[in-house]
Amino acid sequence: MTILETAAPARPGGGLNRLLDRHASALPTAAAVVILAVLLGGAQLYFGNFLTPRNLSALLLDHAYLVILAVGMTLVILTGGIDLSVGSVLAFTGILGARMLAAGSSPVVVVLVMVLSGAAIGLMIGVLVQYFDVQPFIASLAGLFLARGLAYVVSLQSIKVKEPSILWLQSTRIQVGDWYVTPTGILALVVLAIGAFTLAWTRFGRTVYAIGGDEQSARLMGLDVARTRVLVYVVSGVCSGLGGLVLTAYSGAGYPRNGIGTELDVIAAVVIGGTLLSGGVGYVLGSLVGVLVYGTIKTIISFKGAEQAWTEITIGLLLLVFIVVQQVIVVRSARRR
Amino acid sequence: MARVLGHRLFWPVAALLALVVLNAAVRPGFVRITVRDGHLYGALVDILRQSAPLMMVALGMTLVIATRGIDLSVGAVMAVSGAVALTFIDRSADPGALGTVLVAIAAGVAVGVVLGTWNGFLVTVFGVQPIVATLVLMLAGRGVALLITGGFITTVVSPPYKFVASGFLLGLPFALFLSAAAIAVVAIVQRRTALGLLTEAVGINPEASRLAGVRSQGIVFTAYVASGALAGLAGILYSSNIMAADANAAGEFIELYAILAVVLGRTSLLGGKFSIAGTAVGVLIIQTLQSTVLFLGVSSAQSPVFFAFVVVVVVVVQSPQLHRRLSRLSGRRRGRTAPPAQPATRDLEVSA
Repeated sequence: MTILETAAPARPGGGLNRLLDRHASALPTAAAVVILAVLLGGAQLYFGNFLTPRNLSALLLDHAYLVILAVGMTLVILTGGIDLSVGSVLAFTGILGARMLAAGSSPVVVVLVMVLSGAAIGLMIGVLVQYFDVQPFIASLAGLFLARGLAYVVSLQSIKVKEPSILWLQSTRIQVGDWYVTPTGILALVVLAIGAFTLAWTRFGRTVYAIGGDEQSARLMGLDVARTRVLVYVVSGVCSGLGGLVLTAYSGAGYPRNGIGTELDVIAAVVIGGTLLSGGVGYVLGSLVGVLVYGTIKTIISFKGAEQAWTEITIGLLLLVFIVVQQVIVVRSARRR
Repeated sequence: MARVLGHRLFWPVAALLALVVLNAAVRPGFVRITVRDGHLYGALVDILRQSAPLMMVALGMTLVIATRGIDLSVGAVMAVSGAVALTFIDRSADPGALGTVLVAIAAGVAVGVVLGTWNGFLVTVFGVQPIVATLVLMLAGRGVALLITGGFITTVVSPPYKFVASGFLLGLPFALFLSAAAIAVVAIVQRRTALGLLTEAVGINPEASRLAGVRSQGIVFTAYVASGALAGLAGILYSSNIMAADANAAGEFIELYAILAVVLGRTSLLGGKFSIAGTAVGVLIIQTLQSTVLFLGVSSAQSPVFFAFVVVVVVVVQSPQLHRRLSRLSGRRRGRTAPPAQPATRDLEVSA
């Protein structure tokens, strides 16, 4: 993946210290991978039948929409921003799509409209942030209100989807042995791959890191800060639109109360995956790990038959641990300067 | 006239008055206040009564925002405090006794103080960004509330508890006295002592105020504790209004409305100067708008669309970029009458 940090000045100390210094930005992601492995291994020891291909396939497919949202959110957070609107946009595009399908529109048009309306809300947020100096928090708050309200304007009740081509996205199972994947899962993985590639190897992706690292320097380097910043929010909107599509296919219906609080889950997953909320450091693949950690905790809790409330509490605590870890890293790198 | 126009709260108050006048014009019953059984009734009284929980939360949010922070956990704190209070009443031997209710209310507020202390601890001692520090509780808080109520919506029958949100005192809703008292206490503590000044100093420049001998950590810490306590009280009010502890619906989106109220009241989200009166006006604007939207026959679920427009209009109007562009536009029209302004704006743009 990408190696972003500048070469650390040579310092006396053990090789381990130097290794930690050089890869400080990858440390939280590495920690997330360790936690995921511990969770999966522990669950296997405890339940005995946890690490089955069926279970692991379900882990990805049940959270495919979260993976897609997390890709967009990672980009936004890397620029030092935040996008609170993802959960609402997910609900809005989902219910809009379901309503249009019920009215007999062609699936191709519906998918296009879903993605474009997500992009439009993202564009609004981006323009507010970039051209009107509105804090990302507030601008995306406006997006949250707008999309949630619009979802209810489209319909107050859930609308069932009967269109076979949309349901096909979830019902088709491509089997490899006991492993399986659905087109929604493939879509999530493709979005993930595009996100990872873009961030690592394109001008746009490197500009995203540069803005998060130091916006002033990015501007002075002649990077197109304005266009990139707006585009990041548009991408997040597009991801929310795709997420709406995946969730609609997954649940077979559009529902205006979908995704309440999802923005928090997504932010938590991205942070657990090792992206610094102050921007500039993080990986899309880390966010995948974050989503999987979230999904594993949820699965373990439902395996145990405990209250789902424990999911939120565990995620909250895990978030806390990661924030403290990140804080230590930030302090470390600040001291080095 | 210029003094009135130039006053910091001119636009918020004007917006509130415009909303009231608009409502009164469309539905004459809006401003009518009737007296029944010695109690005052009417749309305006309702707005004041219903605004009480948001008022509490927004007051706390103002203090936190003044210190350059933000408190996302207020809704979750409300849920926990309501759950604790109602579970206590539910399990007590005599749910209708005044003593039980007073202890329950004290317990709810105490829980708010504890959670606020936790937030303040994360922000000041660990130096975690406020948005992240309070996000932890925002996520975990509702889970805790669900565990306390056992996953159910706890309902109780307790006349003294119902009185908190629905009772009348001297012809006015009791909740109104609570929110007036909260405003008065916060205003007196902040404005009649040096605390408000110090809070603003910390918000404007934490480092400089620390060097000047202000104990910024303590002040920031207090702001989060106050916000927690007020959110705890708001949770009591909310649960008393519906006489149920609903861990999911209590305080849903209230952090967003509270932040909106603070912004409407012209307190900058960047910290520093804050206005208690402005926040109160902001809360009333939101509640009046809510009532207007309901009257227009829009489902309350759809009302966020209107608030989205309000947020966009307010932030765009307050945006320094827009002002700069407008002044440049008018400067050009006047035929470059103010050339010295040109280089200054360019400097600003580079540093922005």
